[in-house]
Amino acid sequence: MSQFPTRAKCVVIGAGIVGNCLVGHLSKLGWTDMVQIDKGPLPNPGGSTGHASNFIFPTDHNKEMALLTLASQKQYIELGMNNTCGGIEVARTPERLEEFNRRMTSAKSWGIDAKLLTPAEIKELVPFINEKILLGGFYTPSVSVVDSLQTGTLMRESAVAAGNLQVFANTEVLDLEVENGTIKAVVTNKGRIEAEFVVVACGVWSPRIAAMAGANIPLTPAVHQMADVGPIDILQQSNKELAYPIIRDMDTFCYERQSSGSMEVGSYAHRAIFMHPDDIPSNEASALSPTELPLTQDDFDPQMEQAIDLMEMLGDAEIKYAINGLLSLTPDAMPVLGETVEVRNLWSAAAVWIKEGPGIAQLVAEWMTYGYPHLCDPHSSDISRFYAHEKTDHHIYARCDEHFNKTYGIVHPREQWGTQRNMRRSPFFPREEAAGATFFDARGWERPQWFASNAKLMDKFKGQCESRPSEWDARWWSPITNAEHLQMRESVGMVDLTAFNEFDFTGPGTMAFLQYMCVNNVDVPVGRSVYTPLLTQGGGFRGDLTIMRLGANHFRVITGAFDGGRDKYWFTKYMPQDGSVTFTDMSSALCTIGVWGPNAEKTMAKATQNINAEGKLVPFDVSQANFPYGSVREVLIDGVPATMFRISYVGENGWEIYTKMEHGLRLWDSIAEAGKEFEIIPVGMGVYAVTGRIEKGYRLMGAELESEYNPMEAGLNRAKVKSADFIGKAEYMKARDEKPAAIMCTLEMIDNTSKSGIKRFPTGGNEPILTKDGQRIVDTKGRVSRVTTAGAAPSLGKYLLLAYLTPEHAVEGNELRVMYMNEMYPVRVARVGSQPLFDPTDARMKS
Amino acid sequence: MNILVCVKRVPAPGARINITEDGQQVDTAFLGFTVSPHEECAVEAAVQLVEKHGGEVTVLTLGDVLAEEQLRTAASVGAVKAVLVPIEGMDWDAQRTASAISSAITALETANGTFDLILFGNESADSCGYQVGVRAAVKLGRPMVNGAKGIELADGVATIRRESDAGQEIYKLPLPACIGVREGINLPRYPTMKGRLASKKVEIQRTEISAESGGLQMIQLQRPPERVSNTQILGTGPEAASAVVDLLVELGVFK
Amino acid sequence: MSVLVVVEHDRGTMTPASLGALTAGRNLAKQINTTLEAVTVGANADALSDAISAYGATTVHQAHHAALVDFGPEAWGESVAQVVRKSSPQVVIGCGTERGHEVIAQVAARLDLPASMNCIEFDASFDGVQPLRMTRARWGGSLLENAQLDASIKLVTLANHTVEPVEAPTPTNIAVINVELDASVMHSFVRDRVERVAGVTLATAPVVVSGGRGVGSAEAFGPLEELAGLLGGIVGCSRAVTNNGWRNHTDQVGQTGTRIAPDIYIACGISGAIQHWVGAMASKNILAINTDREANIVTKAGYAVIGDLHKVVPAISEEIRRRRGL
Repeated sequence: MSQFPTRAKCVVIGAGIVGNCLVGHLSKLGWTDMVQIDKGPLPNPGGSTGHASNFIFPTDHNKEMALLTLASQKQYIELGMNNTCGGIEVARTPERLEEFNRRMTSAKSWGIDAKLLTPAEIKELVPFINEKILLGGFYTPSVSVVDSLQTGTLMRESAVAAGNLQVFANTEVLDLEVENGTIKAVVTNKGRIEAEFVVVACGVWSPRIAAMAGANIPLTPAVHQMADVGPIDILQQSNKELAYPIIRDMDTFCYERQSSGSMEVGSYAHRAIFMHPDDIPSNEASALSPTELPLTQDDFDPQMEQAIDLMEMLGDAEIKYAINGLLSLTPDAMPVLGETVEVRNLWSAAAVWIKEGPGIAQLVAEWMTYGYPHLCDPHSSDISRFYAHEKTDHHIYARCDEHFNKTYGIVHPREQWGTQRNMRRSPFFPREEAAGATFFDARGWERPQWFASNAKLMDKFKGQCESRPSEWDARWWSPITNAEHLQMRESVGMVDLTAFNEFDFTGPGTMAFLQYMCVNNVDVPVGRSVYTPLLTQGGGFRGDLTIMRLGANHFRVITGAFDGGRDKYWFTKYMPQDGSVTFTDMSSALCTIGVWGPNAEKTMAKATQNINAEGKLVPFDVSQANFPYGSVREVLIDGVPATMFRISYVGENGWEIYTKMEHGLRLWDSIAEAGKEFEIIPVGMGVYAVTGRIEKGYRLMGAELESEYNPMEAGLNRAKVKSADFIGKAEYMKARDEKPAAIMCTLEMIDNTSKSGIKRFPTGGNEPILTKDGQRIVDTKGRVSRVTTAGAAPSLGKYLLLAYLTPEHAVEGNELRVMYMNEMYPVRVARVGSQPLFDPTDARMKS
Repeated sequence: MNILVCVKRVPAPGARINITEDGQQVDTAFLGFTVSPHEECAVEAAVQLVEKHGGEVTVLTLGDVLAEEQLRTAASVGAVKAVLVPIEGMDWDAQRTASAISSAITALETANGTFDLILFGNESADSCGYQVGVRAAVKLGRPMVNGAKGIELADGVATIRRESDAGQEIYKLPLPACIGVREGINLPRYPTMKGRLASKKVEIQRTEISAESGGLQMIQLQRPPERVSNTQILGTGPEAASAVVDLLVELGVFK
Repeated sequence: MSVLVVVEHDRGTMTPASLGALTAGRNLAKQINTTLEAVTVGANADALSDAISAYGATTVHQAHHAALVDFGPEAWGESVAQVVRKSSPQVVIGCGTERGHEVIAQVAARLDLPASMNCIEFDASFDGVQPLRMTRARWGGSLLENAQLDASIKLVTLANHTVEPVEAPTPTNIAVINVELDASVMHSFVRDRVERVAGVTLATAPVVVSGGRGVGSAEAFGPLEELAGLLGGIVGCSRAVTNNGWRNHTDQVGQTGTRIAPDIYIACGISGAIQHWVGAMASKNILAINTDREANIVTKAGYAVIGDLHKVVPAISEEIRRRRGL
């Protein structure tokens, strides 16, 4: 064994599937001088990888997870570690059968071969199954079992063979040293290594290791029960590791997977059982391994009964091995990847399961190498997504407890959390509650989605508020949204936008810094604003926001609730450290009301004043002439100091109005009072985020805007490019000279009548856009056309979909198909590019 | 053929056994529990005898209420009756345990008739006292042999095989008798799923017994001195062969 | 007043464990300022008196009864109990062997005295009267227990191999005692003996030589077969081996194979995946032969040889043959 090194370019902590694949990928990308350590022995150091069931069901409704899983399976195949056996998800309930239609749709999106099976067809493939209790199956021939330990070994050894890596097993991390906010060294029981980069790939131990540096990786070790039962004759007689497809008994949250002569039965049905990373026993003190804890039998008994119902032979097989296996859960069930927000150059590659491990390792390696990944946008895995309250054990346990039993659940795209609600409330909450608001959760914020008080408007707009006969389509939705939308377009509405994040940048270096961060020119006059994308180094979307110039050296960035954490990280990461720029997070200091509609100006004219040059309180002229679109003014509204920003995300004349939190309720009441004569109503996010937005074709970060796409493709490029350099500029310039491989389009459903004769309304969950003969549309960069947002356009009387299309299909009037719940519906390209379908000249916003 | 098997609930530790801070117990925070291995084999032996000769297996334990788990484990592999002699707190010493068990057995036999065979483990995995079975047998006035690696029944006689350096010794005890069973007598079956589910329905009879403490008192547990490395490297390459054979001699497997 | 050692013998042949017990007994007797005495059971052990004398026993109690020909735990226990009653020792030491534990347990049961088995050390301040404090082995030696034995006569067994036998010859008195044995203790004599039988199974073999992925082929198991044969053992394998078709599933040790508990498990070229470890972990001793010092199995094994199994295994077989003069 070589001498324990005292310095390295990069130290990777952990030799599970992630750490092993990561060093392999980093080595391929040119990293040298790496050290990998693990406190356990090799090849199985005792983490979750060592006891994983190792199977891959590739279909996932989530694009990010689906792409990472497929990329992983590809790597397992390339290494010869992928044993294809097929897999069948079986349904015991009609709801599950319907979910299989949705899975067929997602499988189509990602190009996964899949088919629905009748109970008899399931029986043909799995002769020992009790098909009488089944209603059907979702069969994926490409389901496989992988050898994750051997894959990891091969990846690790490839880096060693290339001379880029030294590996030290049985080496425990005792401390992480940080200097000036940057990782400095890893202290182990074998010595101290100074390192420029350190990656925490420690699975269930990750929070414990990160905490040594003062960083937070929010996950909890949680129990997944599994048992190995056998020997079973029919399995033994197959003389194969895997002769039969893996069965996922979806309605009992169980799986049955052949393992040579026996069957592995696993469960996600039991109560959530958590453990603190500090409490996990050592390798030495563990009867099996640190992550294979003794089975709590009572939790498993109900699963055994259900398993026997499905496969009677299991009842007489011996339970040879049964564990409470530990795996990682996060509050939102997504991985935790990227540089930690607390410590520079300390990276997290945690909360990763076997099926997505190698893909995520590739993604993190690219991220570390290029500044942002190429494989896919890690938007929902990004460690910087979490707000402070989401990183507490309290939140982690509550949310993980809630979603654990949904591992095999049927989760609606709009599904709301039941726990950890009322974490953050705007000052307007009492009024909203009184108006019968249905609140949706936005990273802790309670935001009204619609108001029961507006239900009466449905009579007024009868015929324009669609009813949705399918419970699925109507879930987490209300036709009141259409009524609110129409009333706003007819008169005026007010929207609670307090969940916005406001970041203030001040100081002499601010202009140059923001120019470097943003695509568009931020050097606008004081009192003006700029909308701008932020790009990745690769020229894809990293952010999408507006910036107000409040002073010569004072800029305020406004961004959404779902991107606040990521944007804050991105700005502060690149902020000069010489003191020339000061960052202040104003998000908890300010509340926001949007006031929009044809009568917005009249409403605000009544309430808005300012102090004139003579020091007198006078009415403020809110006309477009004095206060044009895109400008910002400091005013008094019924005496409340406020910042009005003339802008709109719903296509109407009006403002975002900011004031201090403590003035909020007064401001709300003042505007409501002023608007009374115009029948002003509170309007929910159903309008702001969906119907109002989609009529205007406005793109949303995380939906239409992802790092895989560039501004040319999204139709957000400007005619000119500023002279200042900015992140991603070179790639942006290149993209401007190329023909876009895909173009963001708005499509309208021509007929949304299903085969069973009811109207259906796609939810906007990655439904594939297909050619008329049902073929997927894949662009030259390998990206598939799929629905990024779907929603009603009440003012147009249409149901609209947003999707990227290849140039040959991006032709207005072109007829295509959308698949929804495994049925094809005709759609027409209504708009190519960013021009709105509603009010195409934006006359309403500027008059 | 009615057979009683006396079992003990013991932790199933890893390579390193941790002790609680007060030194009074094994730290079982993250450990599972099992039937002490010799007794696991005794249960299997009893079940096999009943499968061959008919009758039923009763399992008895003295322990806290959590020891019901071990009674159910025994029930899941073939015991049909289960008796808990409940105690609270720390394990009882061997004298007290044997006294209580023999009283409990007497009570059971008064109600249901004599057990043809009473099986014990040779010694418990945790306290290694080597005496509870012998003491109970003497109290009950039954013949007793320890170390059984084989039991056969015929004509009211139990033929017991026990290993010695030279081979095997044969003992013959007239029934009713007591036998201490050693691991290796058989390969205990694992519970089946059906067995496990059925075991949940077995009623556990509670027999309260009081007994006097004996004269051996545990003061404190301690860990033996740590070896620098847990693994002793005997050498590198073929040159290690001599050290390996020395080890085989020391372990008594090279004869 | 004395320290009384129960001498273990098989039909007149003393076992090595008895010598350690005599040595320990002599040391303890000296500590409490009394004499070492010994007891032998059965007239066929009378001839052991000279050997016992060499270890410093001043008196040998020879328990005689016509029935005391072969070993019988109950008759032996009753005989020793009668000697104890008669000679009133302060401490009785038995051997830490299967027979030794059993006899002391019988004595304890018959005298209704506590007993402490597998002692490794006695309190140096013990004066023969107060409760005896000692350290004894639990968990097969993985844990130690400090315990206190509070009884008029302290019954213990000495853990085997803890005290090196050292001679200290002394003149010895012979005291024959004709014990009275009733029918109740006559059942449990050894009735017959069977020579060790050939033909072992994976589950019961005292030695298992097991191969993993590192063996490389079905043919390469030849040297493992040879080593197992030399040790009266059997060959096992890991799941990787059966998956590759090199050996039959019946040879597989592990979670999906057989769970074994041999005296020694020799793991050759096995990484030690947990599924395998589950099957092998009950082994009394594990010797890993592996090229990787940091392999799972190496860190978990009590003993290891770092090296290529294809060279190490034949070398061990060769060494065994050499020592046997083959």
